[in-house]
Amino acid sequence: MVEAAQAGRSALLIAPTGGGKTLAGFLPSLIELAETPAEGLHTVYVSPLKALAVDIARNLSAPIEELSLPIRVEARTGDTPANRRARQRAAPPQILLTTPESLTLLLSLPEAREMFGGLRRVVVDEAHALAGTKRGDQLSLCLARLESIAPDMAVAGLSATVNHPDALREWLRPGGDVTLVRGAGGAPPEIGVQLPAGRLPWGGHMGLASAPEIMARIAQAGVTIVFVNTRAQAELVFAALWRLNDAALPIALHHGSLTIEQRRKVEAAMAAGTLRAVVATASLDLGIDWGAVDQVIQVGAPKGVARLLQRVGRANHRMDEPSRAFLVPANRFEVIECRAAIEAVAAGELDGDPPRPGGLDVLAQHVLAMACHAPFHPDALYEEVRRAGAYAELSRRDFDDVVRFAEDGGYALRSYDRWRRLFRDAEGLYHIRGDGVARIVRMNLGTIVDTPLLKVRMRGGPMLGEVEEWFITTLVPGDAFLFAGQVLRFEGMNGVVAEVSRGSASDARVPTYAGAKLPLSTHLAARVRTILNDPKRWRELPSEVQDWLRLQSLRSRLPGSDDLLVESFPRGGRWFMVAYGFEGRLAHQTLGMLATRRMERLGWGPLGYVATDYVLAAWMAFEPGDAAEIFTEDLLGEELEEWIAESSMLRRTFRNIATVAGLIEKNHPGQEKTRRQMTVNSDLIYDVLRKHEPDHILLRATRAEAASGLTDVARIAALLSRVKGRVVHRRLRRVSPLAVPALIEQGREWVPGGAEDDILAEAAALVNDVTDGAERFNETLAELTDEIQVRPAVDQDRSRFGRPERRRQARRRA
Amino acid sequence: MIAAPVHLLGERLMLCPSGALHWPAERTLVVADLHLEKGSAFASRGAMLPPYDTRETLQRLSLAIRRHGAKRLVLLGDSFHDGAAAGRMAPEDRSALERLCAGLEECIWVSGNHDAEHGVAEWRRRKLVFRHIASDVARSEAELSGHFHPKATMPTRIGGITRPCFLLCANRLVLPAFGAFTGGLNVLDPAMAGIARNAVRVFLIGDARLHSAPFDALRRAAA
Repeated sequence: MVEAAQAGRSALLIAPTGGGKTLAGFLPSLIELAETPAEGLHTVYVSPLKALAVDIARNLSAPIEELSLPIRVEARTGDTPANRRARQRAAPPQILLTTPESLTLLLSLPEAREMFGGLRRVVVDEAHALAGTKRGDQLSLCLARLESIAPDMAVAGLSATVNHPDALREWLRPGGDVTLVRGAGGAPPEIGVQLPAGRLPWGGHMGLASAPEIMARIAQAGVTIVFVNTRAQAELVFAALWRLNDAALPIALHHGSLTIEQRRKVEAAMAAGTLRAVVATASLDLGIDWGAVDQVIQVGAPKGVARLLQRVGRANHRMDEPSRAFLVPANRFEVIECRAAIEAVAAGELDGDPPRPGGLDVLAQHVLAMACHAPFHPDALYEEVRRAGAYAELSRRDFDDVVRFAEDGGYALRSYDRWRRLFRDAEGLYHIRGDGVARIVRMNLGTIVDTPLLKVRMRGGPMLGEVEEWFITTLVPGDAFLFAGQVLRFEGMNGVVAEVSRGSASDARVPTYAGAKLPLSTHLAARVRTILNDPKRWRELPSEVQDWLRLQSLRSRLPGSDDLLVESFPRGGRWFMVAYGFEGRLAHQTLGMLATRRMERLGWGPLGYVATDYVLAAWMAFEPGDAAEIFTEDLLGEELEEWIAESSMLRRTFRNIATVAGLIEKNHPGQEKTRRQMTVNSDLIYDVLRKHEPDHILLRATRAEAASGLTDVARIAALLSRVKGRVVHRRLRRVSPLAVPALIEQGREWVPGGAEDDILAEAAALVNDVTDGAERFNETLAELTDEIQVRPAVDQDRSRFGRPERRRQARRRA
Repeated sequence: MIAAPVHLLGERLMLCPSGALHWPAERTLVVADLHLEKGSAFASRGAMLPPYDTRETLQRLSLAIRRHGAKRLVLLGDSFHDGAAAGRMAPEDRSALERLCAGLEECIWVSGNHDAEHGVAEWRRRKLVFRHIASDVARSEAELSGHFHPKATMPTRIGGITRPCFLLCANRLVLPAFGAFTGGLNVLDPAMAGIARNAVRVFLIGDARLHSAPFDALRRAAA
């Protein structure tokens, strides 16, 4: 690393956690600044986490003071107070630690060129976590700009072990000379599975059944990190552990919705060794090394091998000793998943895709930010943008359309001349229209589209953190909920702050977060299928899981190695169809689009679907026909364009893109309600734009982004041809054991089309049929919901409202 | 497209899935809350929404007029998003609006809170009174209004389905917003409690027909 730096070359350091990466990243800067002290900004360090920037500032300051080096290290994030920001603008430190958002903001300032003119190095920490995300796109554009300002600067990327090191090198500096430095791998980790002594649940992702075992493990070890997958799960696991904590061991909670002060306190206690355990979400995935962590416990299935390795690597940061970890499956299916994950780790398998090309929405934001800095010429900016790794392949047409979008919306109907945000002078330079526009642009920088949050404060006490606004709106004063590790009583709103007091209710609710709804791929499908298919291997599994698999073969059957098992059953007023494809989530997502399109044509009334790594589960309004009608080779010939354009996936993608690009306003926390009612629903904008200007740059960007979530057509073709004539359709009276985990999966998609109208018509017809009108409506509805059975049994005494004929009739009327 | 008939003081009115109301006896089409030029109103504040909302709304309106062969059009206020909206219209949209009006025998512009300076405060025909915001109605009269952009959630076997709707009360009818960029307010919202006091039925807008439910069914399902 130091060699590459002294030769002025860029480098990518790949090492597992615990290899002292971050220090290695700074070493060349410290050496150079110690040997030839100089004023002015020398090194910029960028991390995906604000907390990381702040912590490293603190950690670097200690040795610098000890050696009394003439080096100033400061952090600059969204939380930096205004007076310090002003000071940093006037007299920048030699080493500045920041985030992609704050770096963009600095580069949008008029004095950016002076500030970064003498820059020697940029250190990009956790590069693997940034590349391929929108924040990574933003950083990539910043790197290109920094290179224009300081052509001699070198880039040092620090990354955990990744599947695509060369793609990451290209991302850091396309076509540049980036030396790859590999840290020594440590001892292979020791990973075990911890099962509950009691019954292992069928469904659920929380893993609370294993709380006593987790508690026992904590008591046996020195320091434990208990990783969970969502914030709601963190609250529940923490509460469960606390109830069992008779010895009053110091256990803390750490997740992204708690206040910074709270998190800092926990991190400091962890570093000082005064804690025995911390229950954490991804908020502790990245970050500084804690030193003395003895074990890691992962509750719930690990989502991906790379992520599991990163988490496991948090334990025992000494290279010569293995990290120790336990996986705690939350349900029977996760036992198999955990087993597959451990095998994948042992086989040294990695997951993850190479970074995708940069988003045009992020580019639009960048163009405006650069115009805030100084007037730009499009030719020069295009050349610069193409030197960003994420935009190396950007076409001139896309770039020009993005600039036009930034100018005045870029519509074919040029009616927004008066309100243009950029104007062009006689020399062809683009200027920002005024300080007001620049202020709005700077305020909205950033690519994280948050759902609106509200602060939570203890009445007469400290802030506790933030909860999604919609959750608070479902509370009435007196309601209890679990947050920040305690039961709180909602007292009411005080301005834009939710005030709470200590509560005691046992039925406290748990806030959930939209971020938790992102489905994740585990890339373990093939291994899971192998285990399922081979009853000899079941002996490795706990007896409860074996029983569960046997029950599956009894009630339905197990997916074979070369067929396609499809189950259908009624549940909760709809019909479900579950296909066990084992082709991975992306392939199933595409398959879901194709299959629901055909179901719609066959009149089954598809309503939605969910794709997991293992199955596609679709639900519909009417009893499905033969599954063999759906999964045929010509399925890929379905006319999909319109169908996909109408889908919830595209609408969601458009909303994010429109927000990042600045078309619709970001939800600023605690914004007044009246103001939000003044916004226009992004679905309405999407529909109108699609009809009147289908080739608009934002729609092109939407389609491009959605395409990255809908791939693997070749895999689907292979699947369909393989299972030709081997589609096994089992009609069941109720959900099968193996289907349960899929039905509780997050990340559901809604299907466009008429089924919703059919259901509405049916509900309306019901009301009209019942002569006493409103009085019996709800009862009838309940009857109907329970009434759906697998076969219409004529001899059974049934309500006339439940007959399939009537439902079909309602459909035809529609 | 199947319209649903309702009767107010003996007048037969057809509710259309387009969100418009047709009064066959008077060959009159009634629409509420077009909010023309809402897109450009946002653009003037820096959010460059697609400038096609006016075009889209006018196309839908002209289609509805042709479908019913209406001779008279009544616009129930907030036809323009703000006082300056008419001046911001693109020339082709303005001429489309002029053509649309020229094809009619009469065009009644009721003024709304967004476009107060434009049109009449209310208009009467037979026993019906046309206003922007519902208010007191004489015993002998029934009222048609807009303003609230009503929407409703119908309980079904797969959960609630929410759509814009017509709200029918004993002596009045509230129309859904017709404009392309208009959102909605739930009929159970406290802001509508006064109007919905004697509500009878809602008619949710479907793809090609309306779906009606007694107001009480919504209230009970929400409880």
